Amino acid sequence: MRFVTDLGEGLRIAFRALRASRMRAVLTTLGIVIGVTTVLLMITIILGLNKAVAGQFSFLGTNTLYVSRWSWFDDNWRAMLKRPVVKVELAERIREESQLAEAVSPWGDTERSVANRSNRLTRVRVMGVSEDYLVTNSIKLDLGRFISEDDVSHNRQVAVIGNGISEKLFDRVGPLDQRIDVGGHKFRVVGLNAKMGRFFGQDMDDFVLIPITAFTKRFARTGDVDIVVKAATAEQLGDLEWELRGIMRRLRKLGPLDPDDFGINSQSMIMNIYRQVTGSIYAGGIIIAFISLLVGGIGIMNIMLVSVTERTSEIGLRKALGARRWMVAWQFLLESAAICALGGIIGVVLAFAGSKVMNNFIPTSMPLWVVGFGVGFAALVGIFFGLYPSMKAARLSPIEALRQE
Amino acid sequence: MSTLSPNGHLIEMRDLVKIYKVGSEQVHALRGLNMAIGSNEYLAIMGPSGSGKSTLMNLIGCLDTPTSGDYYLAGENVARLSDGRLAEIRNQRIGFVFQTFNLLPRATALHNVELPLIYAGLKASVRHRRAKEALAVVGLEDRMHHRPNELSGGQRQRVAIARAIVTNPSIILADEPTGNLDTKTGAEIMKIFDQIYGAGNTIVLVTHEEDIARHTGRIVRLRDGQIESDEMRRA
Repeated sequence: MRFVTDLGEGLRIAFRALRASRMRAVLTTLGIVIGVTTVLLMITIILGLNKAVAGQFSFLGTNTLYVSRWSWFDDNWRAMLKRPVVKVELAERIREESQLAEAVSPWGDTERSVANRSNRLTRVRVMGVSEDYLVTNSIKLDLGRFISEDDVSHNRQVAVIGNGISEKLFDRVGPLDQRIDVGGHKFRVVGLNAKMGRFFGQDMDDFVLIPITAFTKRFARTGDVDIVVKAATAEQLGDLEWELRGIMRRLRKLGPLDPDDFGINSQSMIMNIYRQVTGSIYAGGIIIAFISLLVGGIGIMNIMLVSVTERTSEIGLRKALGARRWMVAWQFLLESAAICALGGIIGVVLAFAGSKVMNNFIPTSMPLWVVGFGVGFAALVGIFFGLYPSMKAARLSPIEALRQE
Repeated sequence: MSTLSPNGHLIEMRDLVKIYKVGSEQVHALRGLNMAIGSNEYLAIMGPSGSGKSTLMNLIGCLDTPTSGDYYLAGENVARLSDGRLAEIRNQRIGFVFQTFNLLPRATALHNVELPLIYAGLKASVRHRRAKEALAVVGLEDRMHHRPNELSGGQRQRVAIARAIVTNPSIILADEPTGNLDTKTGAEIMKIFDQIYGAGNTIVLVTHEEDIARHTGRIVRLRDGQIESDEMRRA
């Protein structure tokens, strides 16, 4: 079959026809443009979110579980209020008893104001940690050192600060060995965390880490903290959860029928919520896209039917000169696909511009396959909705067609 | 393969009947027509409207098939061929010239002439060469990049004639080729027909003008779907 030369010839015919009615082609393609733009924006947003969420989870620590007084996605607050607090000392017991834990760190967090002599920042995230937090949460430092075992055992007033805090408080001098005021207490900066970037428009670099002992003494009088426990691999997370539950139940001396009086929380719980949210974004986007592609497709079908009627005598001529049915059908199918692909290209351009604007609010990401997908899918819509008009053109009798002038 | 009919003609029609259904009525457009056309013949088909001459032209041009009867074209009975096969026959064997020229308005003269060669599946380089040769025959090689709206009526019809001869067909079928032209231009077009007849082509003209028919060597007159007279001239 001379398929390739026919394809080239067919495309040339299609573009000749398109150029003849540029305005009409652009207008009819609007529905396709809206559909493709919606789908692509949806995909870029979700891809961007996925990337950012992965970043967020590295902040929470990978392969980690949080042993807490609170179960994260349980709203039975009254029952949970009766639970005993999770104390810092528990971290030591878990470290001794657990076979699977790679690292264990107590962890508490609160919001306090942070200031030096010239600047004051309100509502800064202040976290109390131990030296093991370096392992559980894969912390990387730009300057200085992390909080040490001695800092924790001697209850020292030292701090590792996030990059954002450093930029805001110490724009001219280096942050190391500077004094800062955290919630009314003096701390000495010993380390500077590497830059983390932004997530959901929020600066991830605005935080202060202090020894957990100083944290409970100054900011958590009840002594209620979480215990971060890291598994060696993701596969061991399930086993680790069972082990921790056993250890906790033993330590808490719970009977076989007593419910847990603690929570073991994991990222997968956040992940599930996240999936539900993005799932509904996807569903909504798919519905909008489907409707606009349907409307666009019907528009294309309409314009192709008009085109077939307008060019009846051309079809008759082509048939008289030896065009077979499939050649005529092919010509109109290609034309329909080309109009839609044009709409797809416009859609890609709009979605690209849109994703650049949205990037200011939420993270977006548009890889090359998304572009190909947009244009290809639009062309498929064109072929589908072009089928009926093309068949109609192909079935015209050459005599009838030639008679129209 | 023989390129002639069983009785040695380029075209032979036996008992051709064509019946159209118009609503509930049947219209007998052709009532058992017999005719033969030899190679390198130049003939005119004449007749008043309703005589069946358009029907006959459509059948000769393989645009339609008869209700019954046989039609041998270049040795092949084409009376009952499929749609697709008829398209091939039209492409290879027939060159059409229409009263209204029927050029693609947005394509150049060259592209218009190339059109049948595209459907024949020829390479672009071969197409260009042959289309240019055909345009040279009608004296338009210097106009090949012009579009129809940049050409006069006579020039447009010459492009159409070039398109008809470019495939080297068995027969050139012209339907009122001068009907939309003034007398002087019509005479020029007829001169081209005379010239391509002289080069060995077979030409069938459908016309109602005696002046035009007089260019040919044979006039077939139809009435009520049958041949009224078949007159050889300059024999």
